[in-house]
Amino acid sequence: MSAALLFAVGGLTAVGLYLIMARSLSQIILGLSLLGHATVLGLLVAGGPSGAAPIAGRAEAASMANPLPQALALTAIVISFGLTVFLLALAGRQQQLTGDDLVEDDLEDQRIARRAGDDDRPGPGDEDL
Amino acid sequence: MVATIVAPLLAAAGGLGWRANARARDAVILAGLAVAMAASFAMLHGVSQRGVHVVRVGGWGPDLGIVLVADLLAALVQPLALAIIFVVEVFAIGQRRTAWGTNPELAGPLLCVLTSGVSLAVLTGDLFTLFVAFELILVSSYVLLTNQGRRSQIRSGMTYVVMNIFASTLFLFGLGFVYAATGTVNLALLADRIPELSDGVRLGIGAWFFVVFGTKAAVFPLFSWLPDSYPTAPTTITAVFAGLLTKIGIYAMIRFHTLTGMDDLGPVMLLIAGVTMIVGGLGALAQADVKRILSFHIISQIGYMLMGLGLFSAAGTTAAILFLIHQMPVKTVLFLVGGLIENDQGTSTLERSGGMAARRPVIAAMFAIPALSLAGIPPFSGFAAKLAVITAAIDEDAVAIAAVALLAGALTLLSMAKIWLGVFWGPTAENLSPVPTKRRNQRIMMAATGLAVAGTLAISLLAGVLFDLSDRASRDLRSPGAYISEVLS
Repeated sequence: MSAALLFAVGGLTAVGLYLIMARSLSQIILGLSLLGHATVLGLLVAGGPSGAAPIAGRAEAASMANPLPQALALTAIVISFGLTVFLLALAGRQQQLTGDDLVEDDLEDQRIARRAGDDDRPGPGDEDL
Repeated sequence: MVATIVAPLLAAAGGLGWRANARARDAVILAGLAVAMAASFAMLHGVSQRGVHVVRVGGWGPDLGIVLVADLLAALVQPLALAIIFVVEVFAIGQRRTAWGTNPELAGPLLCVLTSGVSLAVLTGDLFTLFVAFELILVSSYVLLTNQGRRSQIRSGMTYVVMNIFASTLFLFGLGFVYAATGTVNLALLADRIPELSDGVRLGIGAWFFVVFGTKAAVFPLFSWLPDSYPTAPTTITAVFAGLLTKIGIYAMIRFHTLTGMDDLGPVMLLIAGVTMIVGGLGALAQADVKRILSFHIISQIGYMLMGLGLFSAAGTTAAILFLIHQMPVKTVLFLVGGLIENDQGTSTLERSGGMAARRPVIAAMFAIPALSLAGIPPFSGFAAKLAVITAAIDEDAVAIAAVALLAGALTLLSMAKIWLGVFWGPTAENLSPVPTKRRNQRIMMAATGLAVAGTLAISLLAGVLFDLSDRASRDLRSPGAYISEVLS
């Protein structure tokens, strides 16, 4: 296990976590993608030392890399790709509706803000379900 | 057993293929769901007679391949889940040509994909397939929640989707940790290997997956996405989500944490269970809309199941399983009735409703039965389930959590009374705008709800049998010798 991979996992996670705390959905999407990369790297690190490509007949079984985490990582990549596209579609729809891609306050927050007389907060007013 | 996973997927494909012809589409989807349901009931019969049943997908062994395992817990939960989805789909067929209906071309096939995910999540014998099953369920739920594209749906959908994707990311990290520590993700192998790890690593893994499954199950403090997003979806969708999604989170927790012997996490679970019950109950009291009140109840009830699990005794796990069985149909029925209320008045806000007991006595009765059951009033199924949870707690000398559970029960009853006062009693509200519904569709919706109510009553009647089955299931979980040897043999 190389230190470089570990630092890459840590760095990607840190940047990803920072980005998903943003208000804008496009930043959140970037953050989730980075977190996705971090998990994939994490799975590879968990699979043990690197080695030859795990294809029968090309190398000795003992010198091959562990193929199982690679299979898991591949599945995870496909899923995270699909979800990124869906999130982009959500952001697109939000832009059609409100002109930006900001995540709005939820209903309870809106109610509390109104009760506190804090009406000049950004975001929409009352919303009927 | 494989039919419960494959049949709904084929039905989804058929439903998309015939999307122009509404009748053919509905028939294909109902047929697929019916096949899956029949297969799952057959599985329940087989497993209760002959014990654990294992299918090795592609013939690979448990260390490399995907293994499907039907033990008693899976065989109990799955028929119920599939029956719920079937009834809701019938309701949805009645509702779909009304303004509150779902987009029928998408909703039916997506519901089938979700069904397939639920089957896979229940039956899977390894953590990674569980992750894939969760994703199947969640991706279809994302689309079902947001496909009408209304503003409130997009707003709450964003929180819902981001929160769940984040939880999935944590799940993947957790898989990496588990694989690094043990070299496998198969549950039967993990049941052997996790107890041998050092305490720190073992409890770290347990706590990590508690957070992952806890987010799906909406326990305190990870619940805020739920009451915000569920009420915005069409009723039928909310009914399925309420009956199944959080419960699958609890199911995963019951399986993983008992199988790997995480008894040391018990006190933390009990603490969180208590707070979840109270916060959910108080949240429900503060709401002024039927669907929002019911959404907070989901959270409150999750607390009871977590409490049963957190006791880590045979009786506690039995109680958690029994509660799960009681809770799934009851929650679904309440949301279906919420849909009928909405259909009849054009709104589910308490202020703008009233007088339904006189105007629509059948709907009132269909609300009263599951509502009393949820609050734990005898002779309904909620009473047996709550009694089991609370006696299990008293047996373990966990009196404080038992008291909290009783208090939360009172809060539930109080907020149910609030719905009853607001919607069913009092003068008929003015300016109602009932959703125009054909008589025939109205009948389909009423019949589906009636069928579901009958189902909850049947569970009350069969409480004794179900308790025995839950008890056997919990013993199998707590001493998983048979499960492990079947998978590894």
